[in-house]
Amino acid sequence: MADLTTNFAGIRCPNPFWLASAPPTNCGEQIMRAFDAGWGGAVWKTIGEPITNVSSRYSSVDWAGQRMMGLNNIELISDRPIETNLREITEVKKRYPKQAVIASLMVESKREVWHDIVKRAEDAGADGLELNFGCPHGMSERGMGSAVGQVPEYAQMITEWVKEAARTPVLVKLTPNITDIRVVARAAKRAGADGLSAINTINSITGIDLDTFAPRPIVDGKSSHGGYCGPAVKPIALNMIQQVNADHVDGAPIPMSGIGGVSNWRDAVEFFLLGCGTVQICTAAMHYGYRIVEDMVDGLSNWMDANGFATIEDFRGKSLPRVTDWKHLNLNYKIVAAIDESLCIGCQLCHIACWDGAHQCIHLDRVSGPVDGHVEIHAKPNLNGRETIAVTPIAKLDGPRPHIGPYATSLERIPRVDERECVGCNLCSLVCPVDQCITMVERPTGKMPETWAERTATTADCTPPHMAK
Amino acid sequence: MGACPTHIDVPGFIKKIASGNVTGSAQRILDANVLGASCSRVCPVEVLCEGACVMHGRSEKPIEIGRLQRFAMETYYAGGGKIPMRPRAERKERIACIGGGPASLACAAELRQQGFQVTIMDRRPMLGGLNTYGVAEYKLRAADSLREIEHILELGMRFEVREIDAAALHELEREYDAIFLGAGLGAMQKLEVENATNAAAASAIVDALEFIARYKAGEQIGVPPRVVVIGAGNTAIDAAVAAKRLGADEVTILYRRQRENISAFDFEYQHALNEGVHFEWETLPMRLTQTQRGVALVCAEVTMGVEGKIHPVAGSEFTLECDVIIPAIGQSPLLALLSQARGVKMDRGRVAVDRATGQTSNPKFFAGGDCVNGGREVVDAVADGKRAAIGIAQWLATRAERDATAEASHG
Repeated sequence: MADLTTNFAGIRCPNPFWLASAPPTNCGEQIMRAFDAGWGGAVWKTIGEPITNVSSRYSSVDWAGQRMMGLNNIELISDRPIETNLREITEVKKRYPKQAVIASLMVESKREVWHDIVKRAEDAGADGLELNFGCPHGMSERGMGSAVGQVPEYAQMITEWVKEAARTPVLVKLTPNITDIRVVARAAKRAGADGLSAINTINSITGIDLDTFAPRPIVDGKSSHGGYCGPAVKPIALNMIQQVNADHVDGAPIPMSGIGGVSNWRDAVEFFLLGCGTVQICTAAMHYGYRIVEDMVDGLSNWMDANGFATIEDFRGKSLPRVTDWKHLNLNYKIVAAIDESLCIGCQLCHIACWDGAHQCIHLDRVSGPVDGHVEIHAKPNLNGRETIAVTPIAKLDGPRPHIGPYATSLERIPRVDERECVGCNLCSLVCPVDQCITMVERPTGKMPETWAERTATTADCTPPHMAK
Repeated sequence: MGACPTHIDVPGFIKKIASGNVTGSAQRILDANVLGASCSRVCPVEVLCEGACVMHGRSEKPIEIGRLQRFAMETYYAGGGKIPMRPRAERKERIACIGGGPASLACAAELRQQGFQVTIMDRRPMLGGLNTYGVAEYKLRAADSLREIEHILELGMRFEVREIDAAALHELEREYDAIFLGAGLGAMQKLEVENATNAAAASAIVDALEFIARYKAGEQIGVPPRVVVIGAGNTAIDAAVAAKRLGADEVTILYRRQRENISAFDFEYQHALNEGVHFEWETLPMRLTQTQRGVALVCAEVTMGVEGKIHPVAGSEFTLECDVIIPAIGQSPLLALLSQARGVKMDRGRVAVDRATGQTSNPKFFAGGDCVNGGREVVDAVADGKRAAIGIAQWLATRAERDATAEASHG
């Protein structure tokens, strides 16, 4: 049985699944229900001087019949008095001493104000502090949130102020709305932060109402850019986290709590493989409720058992060495598409994708023949001939329908891959709607591995071999 | 789209529905099939588009193409949509389309889109042929058929109610530049049993198409409790289900062969079962008798011998009392009329044509629909009609040139 207990930068919790600072962690009553459901920790909805929110706050992007591929919000930090939030932190910690409660903080950029809130949060019983330098909307207009997180000097200065007062671990939450996320991560390291969390939401306008011309979410006919999150942002989050976790400038990487589109245990494993120590979840909990954590814990535990990992440390960061610069990839590795005729349903999406979007090597030129088995004629059938006149099959006029060939789909509809031309781009296998129908198989080139870096280091002439005179 | 006789761009029109462009979707359908609305209701999609849907390969339900097409067409027409008129110059050539059914309508519509002067002729007062008179009411109401035809007539064609005989055919051949034969099939085959011509008993017999036509016209608004339908084709199913829906208590279909030999589509058979229609297999009606309550059919059980011949089983006769007998044993070819068209060759009761153009052995005559294909679906008739229209246009376009060449070689 895998051990999921976690010590993240000194914050202990029964499992690495935390609720991110967001509406699901708005109050003590919610967080206690979340802990009952099995969450290992919760980052309190950002505490600061109470704000006033607008009505209509979220909007989303649906995709292919699925709701909320991406979620956008223009909600600000907590609208509840600081005292109320702190009193409830005390209450939660009293009842749930094992679960981690992290206070997310955002106050005016003044040293004494930060000292004061740090002290009060810790006095209330918070196990750690998360500095919200990422909120991309509203608060940034008032010089807080991402207005801090986008300027490394400010982020470093405030982190230093916090560290002067803090007795518990201090995490700095990074904004992705910056050219190079590593710059602020380095500032946090220089200031002595104990850990990082990333990514905060991404600036977004999710869509516009075509009848009113108002962007969503609509507030009395207008909107403001919001912060985007949910499954759509996971690839962006993984990339940014990899960048930070592989960065050794200004010191070795420090603990990272991964955020961005984590919806299930498989997503979480990906974040752990890129070096995260915990993950934070918001959109999935807003979509499906706190109960999703049960399968996250159970699924992660079973996966670890199946793979012989006793703790998360046993596999944390295992994918980091597999991410490299493009110039270190093997140019002599070749794969080609292979279509399993017995699974092909004849939709021809691969053919269209290859011709219009890739390298024109998947052909529709097979013709069934009457001989034993089938014959293939690699020429385009005459689509204008009279044999293409289709009629409704009527048994009494037509007799029984002929058998179409060796596969469930008639050979004419099954595309053929020209392996000589296939560049192994994967596109056909990505568009194919049938699991395992198109697989990419290796065709050994017989050549020694060679990277671009090696080729340019040893050859003055960088012309690819097939273009050399 | 290869599975649709009219080659409707199925992925294209569905994508347009998905993108919220229902107008474009309906216009894409109409571009291929001017009777797209009625086809969406009456097409046997299970053996056409939905039968060819690749989802079958995934062991999943096919995309409901018929219902999507119906949605697009009905939304479009309900919103005031019309058949888009192609930009074209008026041409002087006149074409007569004989028959007012789907084949002629599709032919006429395509010819009008190309600027030709078109007159449709039918012996009945309403256009639409079987769409208006013959397809069961629960699939396509006469009013819906006529509404669709209004849109086609807006393209600017004439309609004459006119009985066409041999003399008329000769006159049309002189007066028009081309003639399209879309006359369909002839009367229903007569039921051949003893006493069928006995006046009293015969009054209980009404052929299936006549029955459905009366029902669609609102003349038949009820049926007596016991109905027997003879035959197990799609028209028999239509008639049997219609009888059920008109209030019959017992509807029995008599079929001389076995379940697997019926010519009705499987889904039509299932539909009849769901409606409560009862089937008597391997049963042959022999003789009509009168009873106190109505009439009775004396039937015999039969067995199928070699080469599909059927033999009555001795001593198996039984009597089936009923109030109405509906023979649905196929339509006869329209030989009497069509054989009068000069130089138009027939083949086993059907007009012989070049499949790609619909042209008959008399180059001025083109043909399509049931009179050519022996009785298929509305969508086949539409496809035939449109192909023939394109064939006519090509033939007329090159006729002058060809005549000039011929004259030069003779002179």
